[in-house]
Amino acid sequence: MCGIAGAANLRGTPVDTERLWLMIDQLRHRGPDDAGVYTEGNIGLAHSRLSIIDLSAGHQPMHNFSRSSWIVFNGEIFNYVELTKDLAAKGHQFLTHSDTEVILNLYEEYGTECVQHMNGQWAFALWDTQRKRLFLSRDRVGVRPLYYSLTGDSLIFASELKSLLAYNNRSPEIDLEALRQVFTYWFPITPRTVFQNIQELPPGHSLIWENGVLKTHRYWQLDYSQVELGQDPSPATQQRYIDELHGLLEDATRIRLRADVPVGAYLSGGLDSSIVSALAQKFVGSSLCTFSVAFEDPDLDESAYQMEVVGALGTNHKSIRCSADQIGEALPEVIWHAERPLLRTAPVPLFLLSRLVRDSGFKVVLTGEGSDEFQGGYDIYKEAKIRAFWAAQIDSKSRPLLLKKLYPYLAALQKQSPAYLKAFFHVREGSVREPFFSHIPRWELTAKSQQFFSASIRSQLQPSDLYHDVRGQLPTSFENWDSFSRAQYLEASFLLPAYLLSSQGDRVAMAHSVEGRYPFLDHRVVEFSTRIPPRLKMKVLEEKYLLKRTLGHLVPDVVRQRPKQPYRAPDALSLFNPSTGRARHDYIEEAFSYERIKDYGIFDPRTVQKLVEKAKAGRASSHLDSMALVGILSTQLLIEQFVVDLKEKLSDDANRRRSASVCS
Amino acid sequence: MMQIEEEVRQFVVDNFLFGEGEQNLANEDSFLEKGIVDSMGILTLVSFVQGKYGFEVPDQDLVPENWDSVALISAYVQSRVGVAG
Repeated sequence: MCGIAGAANLRGTPVDTERLWLMIDQLRHRGPDDAGVYTEGNIGLAHSRLSIIDLSAGHQPMHNFSRSSWIVFNGEIFNYVELTKDLAAKGHQFLTHSDTEVILNLYEEYGTECVQHMNGQWAFALWDTQRKRLFLSRDRVGVRPLYYSLTGDSLIFASELKSLLAYNNRSPEIDLEALRQVFTYWFPITPRTVFQNIQELPPGHSLIWENGVLKTHRYWQLDYSQVELGQDPSPATQQRYIDELHGLLEDATRIRLRADVPVGAYLSGGLDSSIVSALAQKFVGSSLCTFSVAFEDPDLDESAYQMEVVGALGTNHKSIRCSADQIGEALPEVIWHAERPLLRTAPVPLFLLSRLVRDSGFKVVLTGEGSDEFQGGYDIYKEAKIRAFWAAQIDSKSRPLLLKKLYPYLAALQKQSPAYLKAFFHVREGSVREPFFSHIPRWELTAKSQQFFSASIRSQLQPSDLYHDVRGQLPTSFENWDSFSRAQYLEASFLLPAYLLSSQGDRVAMAHSVEGRYPFLDHRVVEFSTRIPPRLKMKVLEEKYLLKRTLGHLVPDVVRQRPKQPYRAPDALSLFNPSTGRARHDYIEEAFSYERIKDYGIFDPRTVQKLVEKAKAGRASSHLDSMALVGILSTQLLIEQFVVDLKEKLSDDANRRRSASVCS
Repeated sequence: MMQIEEEVRQFVVDNFLFGEGEQNLANEDSFLEKGIVDSMGILTLVSFVQGKYGFEVPDQDLVPENWDSVALISAYVQSRVGVAG
């Protein structure tokens, strides 16, 4: 796990080595163990290393045996052992035992289609000195980040935006359309980022620069065209699904334990991370170390379930107990790492957790991320199913009650009449045929937070076809899929890479040099899951039905049978303390001040003051209020750190000691 | 009646309206259509009315016909407290 950066001067002028160092200096948190730079004329690659595999010989940038290609690589190729064997049989020679060198040889063998053979999580840049081809690639589902920018005659790229900003040492302009997207979906829609003129390479894509032409190529796409619909599968068929899922998940976990350093696991107290820990423990024995987030707020805390799993598996366990105060305190640092506004504070406890992991001597953790998306776990799937069921018999008295049952932890829903539920959940005849049926309640609610935008910002945002940005990225067959597959696609292609694996994944883990590994996101598991009949993923309203029947026996009964609880952290309460009527920290008061809001110009100061007063009085209790408060504050922090104070922030980070020599 | 309507309106403005909505809210405007309240908002309105006008709101009264605009709420309050307007 590492940070990568680089530059290509498209008109042939030599690349500036010093600027490459400035870029990689910004990524030392991703790779504190080593750093290096390679240049050849107009091409430069830079790398900061977190040593995990082949600790002594894995220095990067790395070349292949014949020195015809050079690479900087962030991530892991988990099937590198098997690939090495295959490639050696084909006559390839290796200088190291690292997975990095395997990519170089795979490329030699298969060209840019080499990624089809890789099982892993990656972002890399490879320079083919013979063909004069620069080849950038990002893994299928988007575990590892990669951004790029065309500035003048240069193509620059890096793992994080701050590294690109360091290249020019110039403050970026905020992309207002991206901001509108954040305040609708929670994230910008790729390739857009919150800064103008910087793009994100979407998951499953490669970027190739050759013969003066720059092109992106989609090498993988999630596809539900092969899903098996129709009648209930026979017991024998169901057993075949169970056997295949079992085999795949076991192998996905096994190869994710490959490392020359110890591997730990996150335990949330839910089914997925418990299954991953149980599978991992089968391979590593009793020494598995597990890590958890606990909350002072009993409504959010899941430590009782976590301890059930720890007791049952006998793991060596550590946890942090987060207070609202701590979450508020750490938010600015999290925004520096997330590089975008957040509408929830949920990434913050995971940022604090990765610090515990690092301080405990670990660099790698397995997590249960990706199961809810692909195995039918999310409430939004269930909610869509109930809404469709209700819409089919719109005057039903009993069907609305299912929505209340779905959200037992939302007290405000429990008292609502069917008429209100119908309105809040958009239950209308025929609405199930709408392509975004499952997600419209969430997106519409979030978009209401745009009411806090200033008049000037609103006038600059062109009114456009609602959700056109998502619609434009759907596969052509999307319209023909069943509604469950559509909902899965929307979660897995948008929220998963852009929020869960980024703000709540890579960024908050790498902030403390910790690498997350995700057995449920093994592409074999993912591709298999796209064929599983929806009725086996969610049987009536039982989520993850097939997964529970496959591996549920590995976890304690109370964990398997518990109602699903989404991971949440205190939001508005982390910013304001209603019992004192004040902001929890001085920076919060400053960021929300009338002058600062007016100065940055994104939000309307008077409107924001009203919201702040409401929060101080403890009346900001709705989801919308919470999202708006966190969103406004984090946007203010983003502007402060990346626009107003960028130079100071970059030089603070650059002052870290460099530990490696230049190679070329 | 005017007074109740004014009090309810003020509460809605203070708690649910931000920015331009404040001037533009007509007393007959539907909260649902304008996206002014969510599930928590309805309960906030209910607890305000209960506290302010001193009566309990039974669950069956929790329907948009009673709560979906300033005018509807004040009419509902009026019917419950039985004060002539």
